[in-house]
Amino acid sequence: MHKKMPNKVEKEDDNTLEGGKEKSISSLQDIPEQFKDKLTCIGFSFNEDERSGSYIQFNHSPIFSRARISGVEVLSIIEALERYEWLKDYWWKILPSNLDEYTRLANEKLTHGYFIRVKPKTRIILPIQACLFISKPKISQHVHNIIIAEEESELHIITGCATAPHVTSALHVGVSEFYIKRGAKVTFTMIHSWGKNTEVKPRTGVLVKDDSSFISNYVCLGPVGNLQMYPTAYCVGENAKVTFQSIILASENSVMDVGSRVYLKARNSRANIISRAVAKDYGEIYAKGHLIGENADVKGYLECRGIMLSDTAKIYAIPELEAKAKDVNLAHEAAVGKIAEEEILYLTARGLTPDEATTVLIGGFLRLNLEDLPQKLRFEVSRMMKTIIEKAF
Amino acid sequence: MLQLEDLTISVNGKILVKDFNLHIEKGEVHVLFGPNGVGKSTIVYAILGFPGYKVVKGRIIFKGKDITEIPTYERVKMGIGVAFQHPPKIKGLRVADIVNICANRIGEEVDEDILKLVDELKIPKEFLQRDFNVGFSGGEIKKNEILQLMIQNPDFIILDEPDSGVDMENIGLIGEIVSRLLERNLMPSLRRKAGLLITHSGHILRFVKADRAHVLLNGRKACSGNPEEILRNIMERGYEECIKRCQIK
Repeated sequence: MHKKMPNKVEKEDDNTLEGGKEKSISSLQDIPEQFKDKLTCIGFSFNEDERSGSYIQFNHSPIFSRARISGVEVLSIIEALERYEWLKDYWWKILPSNLDEYTRLANEKLTHGYFIRVKPKTRIILPIQACLFISKPKISQHVHNIIIAEEESELHIITGCATAPHVTSALHVGVSEFYIKRGAKVTFTMIHSWGKNTEVKPRTGVLVKDDSSFISNYVCLGPVGNLQMYPTAYCVGENAKVTFQSIILASENSVMDVGSRVYLKARNSRANIISRAVAKDYGEIYAKGHLIGENADVKGYLECRGIMLSDTAKIYAIPELEAKAKDVNLAHEAAVGKIAEEEILYLTARGLTPDEATTVLIGGFLRLNLEDLPQKLRFEVSRMMKTIIEKAF
Repeated sequence: MLQLEDLTISVNGKILVKDFNLHIEKGEVHVLFGPNGVGKSTIVYAILGFPGYKVVKGRIIFKGKDITEIPTYERVKMGIGVAFQHPPKIKGLRVADIVNICANRIGEEVDEDILKLVDELKIPKEFLQRDFNVGFSGGEIKKNEILQLMIQNPDFIILDEPDSGVDMENIGLIGEIVSRLLERNLMPSLRRKAGLLITHSGHILRFVKADRAHVLLNGRKACSGNPEEILRNIMERGYEECIKRCQIK
């Protein structure tokens, strides 16, 4: 199932690395007009006032990075590594660099990525935005991001990764390491929108300390070549809390292998993994989840729900629970099927055509629970989700 | 306004309703009585044109037009509205979402006008943010149905067991609102609405006055007459006795 990276990309590696050199901009307004629609679709705002900080990378070049609020830093990772000697203590410390061919690629042929850090006791309600964009065909982008939420800080990140509308083939490898320190809260909302032959390989590790929480919302509703990710969080501190929500739609020939894994290592740590998957056309989805309970009084819940919209699509739901201590409480629910006929009928009796009813029901099924986001961001994301879903059907 | 002519309905190849006739004029409200499982809801689904409820004989005429073959949403657009007996629970869609569908309005929030209706039904506003019917009490489910009807404000109203599983106080409230939707407060000549009220207990009739009643037994109309008289007979003798006395085989 794990497709090899296309040979073409490997062969043209050097070219594509150089082909990525882009000019920096001094204001978000200067982003080329032809890409703005696509960037808006993945949550990017061109109004700096709406964000605490912004990072945007085109191909291999960070073209803009700025923090507008004291207590928060937004830098290109290479700049950050040069500036901070201590950052090496966070470099490949959650994920091993030799995990697979993609982490090795990011390690050996790094093409930037971002560094976001919020200082202790700093609570940033206005979100920080980060965007990794591929504007040219056949680019191979290998980024490494480090996100650090210092003790008792709060941080909300909205991040979008996409290819430009005319780009169908490319490779995106995104390594992300999150350090959520004691008492910190981080929400991370990520929206993907790819060309139909793009290979996408995010590799994410999250370290969650005492009394802290990490909430990840992942959305990918457009076609992709092959998307494969299994972000993994480690609850190493007592009362650590992790939520992974993923909302995916595999259409056309997309293969989406999307899982989330949480190690509940410390006492009283909590995890929720919620996955909503819709498969249509020839789309293939592997919806995975894995909870590992390793200490007393840990609690984990895993929910995997899928809707099939065609006979040629496929959903393979694989929920896994692994208990390694006596006092663990792990549960899962999984269900895959079609949309309930009685729900469609009910909506037709309220005046919708069966097709309209189906779209409304899928929209509801794919609705993210956004209660952990600050209100303004919540409204923004929920509006955006509506637009994305309407476009997808 | 609505005519069912010799309607024979089959579900999965089995005939559930046979040769059923009904003629409801503008301004009238008819009642359909009958014990559980005799095909009352089958008639509702056939009027709506739900797939699977096949009209094998007869026709459905609404506002002078033969609607037997047209899809549900077109019938609804012509002015048929239903409060269902068992509406589905829909995870992921809020009451507000469906309210907005009924109001033909796009958006997350609901209009002020609708909040007034919610108030009138004595349901808390938070109700609008809850998943549709998920974890609702019997009374809340029925009120939710009435809310959709109030917003749609259709010319022809079908109420399928609006009083089952609801306490008397709420039956009174629902009855009062339904009476108003059916324009029962107006002089008969001024009424533009009509309705079909389905009930096996008849409780709602204390609050909604009807013009004519029919009893459905084993998929056939057993008798028709004055609603109060028929209800009194049912109350005194029970459906069992009705069936025994009834000549329909």
